[in-house]
Amino acid sequence: MAEVALQTYALNFGPQHPAAHGVLRLVLELDGEVVERADPHIGLLHRGTEKLIEYRPYIQSVGYFDRLDYVSMMCQEHAYVLAIEQLLQLEIPLRAQYIRVLFSELTRIMNHLLNITTMALDIGAMTPLLWGFEEREKLMEFYERVSGARMHANYFRPGGVARDLPAGLVEDILAWTESFPAVLDDIERLLNDNRIFRQRTVEIGKVTAEEALDLGFSGPMIRASGLAWDLRKSQPYEVYERMDFDIPVGKNGDCFDRYLVRMVEMRESLKIIKQSIEQLPTGPVKVQDQKITPPKRGELKRSMEALIHHFKLYTEGFHVPAGEVYAAVEAPKGEFGVYLVADGTNRPYRCKIRAPGFAHLAALDQLSKGHMLPDIPAIIGAMDIVFGEIDR
Amino acid sequence: MALLDRAARSLLWQELVSGFALTFRYMFKPSVTLNYPYEKGPLSPRFRGEHALRRYPSGEERCIACKLCEAVCPAQAITIESEPRPDGSRRTTRYDIDMVKCIYCGMCEESCPVDAIVEGPNFEFATETRAELFYNKEKLLANGDRWEREIAANLAADAPYR
Repeated sequence: MAEVALQTYALNFGPQHPAAHGVLRLVLELDGEVVERADPHIGLLHRGTEKLIEYRPYIQSVGYFDRLDYVSMMCQEHAYVLAIEQLLQLEIPLRAQYIRVLFSELTRIMNHLLNITTMALDIGAMTPLLWGFEEREKLMEFYERVSGARMHANYFRPGGVARDLPAGLVEDILAWTESFPAVLDDIERLLNDNRIFRQRTVEIGKVTAEEALDLGFSGPMIRASGLAWDLRKSQPYEVYERMDFDIPVGKNGDCFDRYLVRMVEMRESLKIIKQSIEQLPTGPVKVQDQKITPPKRGELKRSMEALIHHFKLYTEGFHVPAGEVYAAVEAPKGEFGVYLVADGTNRPYRCKIRAPGFAHLAALDQLSKGHMLPDIPAIIGAMDIVFGEIDR
Repeated sequence: MALLDRAARSLLWQELVSGFALTFRYMFKPSVTLNYPYEKGPLSPRFRGEHALRRYPSGEERCIACKLCEAVCPAQAITIESEPRPDGSRRTTRYDIDMVKCIYCGMCEESCPVDAIVEGPNFEFATETRAELFYNKEKLLANGDRWEREIAANLAADAPYR
């Protein structure tokens, strides 16, 4: 009998696969059920955001950043407004800085709640999703109260934030920080020791610290591998240097450690939220330069100058001096950066977005080699892939 | 000893039993879901929902066709044409919002110097056809008349922050 050469089997995973967290198309080379090669095909959610931003005055592009990674909205607005502020050399009021930190951390919890619970869902645990989304709903209510939209906030603006916190919001957030740890405890009790969850995640998608550096990881992905790298500590922006918090670090760099790092990070975020509420100063929430921020409504109706500023700002926008800048924030998924080239006009010449998920997804082949097909959803889940930012 | 402890816990399915006990306890907690069309979640005064064009209490439309909203709209969803009216005042002859393009960023509301275009508290405006989502001036003014009470209350509640 003639020998038959064994062939690998190509499997098309997605783009409509529920475990693919969006429109990820994977072409998998399978040897039986073992993954030989994973080839991510991206671009199905490409909307040309970077190009669109080049054709809008600066202030109009904030909304596009909400729509990149649509589960960590304000963190991305943050990187963009930081870049503009660095070009304008603006010092924003302290209260605005605290509000930004407060909402960046609420966003982080929102993102991690979604990621952890959907990862558990992909692996087979449905209950954490229901609990996590109940809390997420409360967070989205905070978003809605402050900005008017549950997700696409458009709240951080060059020079501060759009509006001050409404009365009573701070108290409600503080009350929520008291009740939230109980939910985290419940989720941990379901997942941490659970043998099914552990079998699906421990020793899956392992990355050493050196490999993580080589692959350009950031955020929880690199911290799970044992490197305490966090932009909030290494290059503090806004008022992060005043905050007392720790960076959780993993040991093995596998999917289980990534889950643990995110769980602890949520508790650390709670600490920052409490501190920023305690220290929240009074005062304006945007710079009082009417060339950058709009005048108050009352002034607008009375003062001709304010009206002129208002019209000028909303039609032409402000001009940003020529130059280039890279501003990065520690978004929930990792280092989210905006590289902005200004040519002195009211629109950016170029806006390059550095999305953490892109570098993470690029490593999928290395992470999944030799694992079984059912480990792919676990690896993708632990990577925290959101296609809005990868495809842009 | 630790090994024995771990083996005993594993054999007795300790973590699974405690997990089931935890989820079972949730059965006696009050339900958090809303019976949607009959119950709705809270909305803040800042909520950005369906657009509306407002009128003054006299019945005169507020919009003066300054076209700021048209200029500031990131999605370029607003189209305005204007002409002076026979009485000499400047008003729009056409005010269209393409609700399919709109990204509900709230910039139109923010930029309007006369509080004419607002994003009201209505979020239930799904339609059966796409064409119904191309709002014209008539539809927007009708929205304003329908929601004026809520919109005015919301604007008043948020006035100190604007």
